[in-house]
Amino acid sequence: MAKNDLIGGSIWEQYSKKVSDRMNDPINRGEITEEQAADMGCKLVVADYGAESCGDAVRLYWAVDPYSNEIKLSKFKSFGCGTAIASSDMMAELCMGKTVDEAVKITNIDVEFALRDHPDEPAVPPQKMHCSVMAYDVIKKAASIYKGVDMESFEEEEIVCECARVSLRTIKDVIRINDLKTVEEITAYTKAGAFCKSCIRPGGHEAREHYLVDILANTRAEMDREKATESVTTEDFKSMSVVRQTKAIEKVLDEHIRPMLVMDGGNLELLDIKTEGNEIHVFIKYTGACNGCASSSTGTLYAIEAVLRRDLYPEIRVLPV
Amino acid sequence: MTSIYLDNNATTIIDPKVRESMEPFYCDLYGNPNSLHKFGTDTHPYLRVAMDRLYKGINASDESDIIINSGATEGNNHVIKSIYYDVILPSNGKKNHIITSQVEHPSILAACRWLETLGVKVTYIPVTDQGLVKAATVKVSITPETALVSIMWANNETGMIFPIEEIAEACREKGVLFHTDATQAIGKVAVDVQKAKVDLLTFSAHKFHGPKGIGGMYAREGLTLTPLFHGGEQMGGKRAGTVNVGGLVGMGLAMELAVDSLEYENTTLRTMRDDLEDELLKIEDCFVVGDRINRTPNTILISVKGVEGEAMLWDLNKAGIGASTGSACASEDLEANPILTAIGADKELAHTAIRLSLSRFTTREELEVVKIEFPKAVKRLREISSSYAYSPNK
Repeated sequence: MAKNDLIGGSIWEQYSKKVSDRMNDPINRGEITEEQAADMGCKLVVADYGAESCGDAVRLYWAVDPYSNEIKLSKFKSFGCGTAIASSDMMAELCMGKTVDEAVKITNIDVEFALRDHPDEPAVPPQKMHCSVMAYDVIKKAASIYKGVDMESFEEEEIVCECARVSLRTIKDVIRINDLKTVEEITAYTKAGAFCKSCIRPGGHEAREHYLVDILANTRAEMDREKATESVTTEDFKSMSVVRQTKAIEKVLDEHIRPMLVMDGGNLELLDIKTEGNEIHVFIKYTGACNGCASSSTGTLYAIEAVLRRDLYPEIRVLPV
Repeated sequence: MTSIYLDNNATTIIDPKVRESMEPFYCDLYGNPNSLHKFGTDTHPYLRVAMDRLYKGINASDESDIIINSGATEGNNHVIKSIYYDVILPSNGKKNHIITSQVEHPSILAACRWLETLGVKVTYIPVTDQGLVKAATVKVSITPETALVSIMWANNETGMIFPIEEIAEACREKGVLFHTDATQAIGKVAVDVQKAKVDLLTFSAHKFHGPKGIGGMYAREGLTLTPLFHGGEQMGGKRAGTVNVGGLVGMGLAMELAVDSLEYENTTLRTMRDDLEDELLKIEDCFVVGDRINRTPNTILISVKGVEGEAMLWDLNKAGIGASTGSACASEDLEANPILTAIGADKELAHTAIRLSLSRFTTREELEVVKIEFPKAVKRLREISSSYAYSPNK
């Protein structure tokens, strides 16, 4: 890639012929009037998405048969660059003949695929993939107007990268399963962030709810926490240094023992850890109400020992001092 | 097919006379000027002529330097980075401030942002809705910590000419170094470093019908910057690297021709530009950024309501016309052009602006074609546009 990247190229050279043709002469451009829709026995739907100040705005017109819910005619108008116009034109075309429910399933990826000259060659350069997202969003808007529901109701999953339509769940799973450490790896595995790059970090083309850098950091932090817990329990307790043994015992005490003792107004302190042959002796000191309690040398003591043996090492003896 | 080049603020055609002057230095006079033998020394008279032309072109004194480099990007980096090494670092925090404008070339802005990561404070002067930097704003921004003021002579997107003499005067009063990026000014306005009293000035040959990959950095008498390139003794050790002989010879002649053409540019070309601008402004809902008086005679930055810039460029290109847009959609990274954002006259400007930049090689016949093709493109795209209520019978 480096050799090709050094000189760079015109983004126009990377448009498919279909994109160029539809930019030059968008077949489905124009409007549908109330009268036209009525003549067809159809309901007119007009949906707007985007704004000129954002650099992209599209208006979609549908004439929908109210009995079959079929989109009989679909037209568009667009303020946008060449690929936005071509994508809108293809989007309008893909809607035709479909029911509203079927049309909602058309994604920006379908639009881009339909604009390809060859199935294996992208129709637009990566950063222009975003232009087809607007075409996808406006379908959802039109369907929501037709059905009288919220646009969000069509989205089953939380989408992080709109260009490649990658969900939050997919990204988290991929990081975990493949132990990914960089955003570049996420992009290589999922294509998320490969196109307009808005979802990589704040400050890109448009503001997003989730960013790959944050998802990566959070997921890695979750994984590290899980790993820390895991390593304490799986690592051979007997071969640990005293410092690590202390930490591991304190952790078990905090999680399982102390909350019980505190409820009864007591507590305990860890004093010392000694290895005696195959056994490990854990010296503790009861404090508060535990101090002098009858159970502290019987039932409570056995319970503490049992938990430490279960979680850390089967040959632990707990010795109150 | 017609081919009309109206993107002269991006780069220019090499003047045929310039090209001719460069020819001998590739296969005949190809010696290294630093060599002792005849092959090397044969180039010297030509290099002297070229340097004389450059010095004369910007009225530099013989005691000052014009360091030949690869162009204004190098020159601008040299100025910003060497001020850091020569003034800011040794001052132990006493001089830790640079003033520039929000509409400088990326080679100034990106270098300044890099210095910010090293702890330098940078003030980015905003522009008016006419795209102008006010000398008074620069003046009040100067503090005892200011190490450098860097303001371009003319802006590449709008063509607006900044009050360089006033800014230079304010800097002198306060004892602050002043640099100006004159890349868009040479050949369009009179550039006189002694009259304007600038300390440092940078330029590129390819913006005034010279070759690409060569330019210069003027440094007034007694001002020496740490080199950006260390190495050989070329340029008195101030910029190492074998001199681009052909390029320098071409740049020298290009400078002379550019200065000779100043009158033409400011009379005939200006009239041609104004005439085209008048015609384009007949299209409804269009506006041009900046008044004509304070604008380079070759530039029109026009915003066409309801038409996205890249789409407009596409249609003009189909008609054989090469122009430019600051639209975010047309850039590699989809980032809005910071210059257009800074002007902020109209939020849509960042998406609808088209820049037409003429040169002395532009003909009236070509502009007649533009007068027909430009409105045609606007009409077609407004018919498709969702944000422009197009009424064909209006």
